[in-house]
Amino acid sequence: MSLDPSFIGRTYPATEVYEVGREKIREFADAIGDPHPVYRDPDAARAAGYPDVIAPPTFPIVITARIGEQVLFDPELGLDYTKVVHGQQRFVVTRPVRAGDRLTGVLTVDNIQAAAGNDLISTRVDLSTEDGEPVVIAYSMLVARGTSAEPSTSAEPSS
Amino acid sequence: MIATGSAPTPTYDSVDAGSELPEVRSRIRRADLIRYCGASGDFNVIHWNERAARGAGLPDVIAHGMLTMAVAARIVTNWVNDPGAVAEYAVRFSRPVVVPDDEDGAELLVTARVAKKLPDHRVRVDIVVRSGADKVLSMARAVVALA
Repeated sequence: MSLDPSFIGRTYPATEVYEVGREKIREFADAIGDPHPVYRDPDAARAAGYPDVIAPPTFPIVITARIGEQVLFDPELGLDYTKVVHGQQRFVVTRPVRAGDRLTGVLTVDNIQAAAGNDLISTRVDLSTEDGEPVVIAYSMLVARGTSAEPSTSAEPSS
Repeated sequence: MIATGSAPTPTYDSVDAGSELPEVRSRIRRADLIRYCGASGDFNVIHWNERAARGAGLPDVIAHGMLTMAVAARIVTNWVNDPGAVAEYAVRFSRPVVVPDDEDGAELLVTARVAKKLPDHRVRVDIVVRSGADKVLSMARAVVALA
């Protein structure tokens, strides 16, 4: 089954606020094995010019992946999530996410296409503070392997 | 996971296109995947359950692409010693990082070089990530602001 192309261009309402906590940032930094003090120590972060501890560059995915589920889990889209792997990821950063941020995201479906038997969906999430300050844009491309109506050729899975 | 490599903080004037960054080696074991599941909220079974991974056509449990992307970012953040200097970061996930259930897990070797000097004290860094013989990320690029 191919994906419903009428989703292209669809934009979703701003999500409920996600409040970024110091301990969540520390937990994430531990999980990626990065000991940098600006992720953990408010004094080190202030010495580096930040108002509070900042998050690692890929931390926004914790927030934006959940926001993306608004479209990915919509039955009308027709995505078989058990076949989905991560194809591409890009972050464009206005400023690093930091503890105390109250962030909301707007999800847009940039593109849907079929290629080599796979269904591809490209989304962006514009993450900003609840006061409207832009923080980061996360672009994701997900691949549903072998689900397109076209004949399938092999594609290497990733995550 | 163990990182290697440290050097004086680079400045825009001190680097040139072609400058190499100190490499990063990191080992990912099954326990690291479980920890990343919890921290990220991504509990996809292919990252912790062999039966499910094989059922999905994979050779074994694989690492989260986003974990590989995070580990790879450290070559840049270690180099500039300011994770907030990363203005843009993009990757394509080209091959899975297979993580066997043993003490060694999978090793990632991350190398990078300055590809281009951009305006406003920014540089583009091109990153290569290998796990064994496989290049696991492609088109991995970061734009970084230097002092």
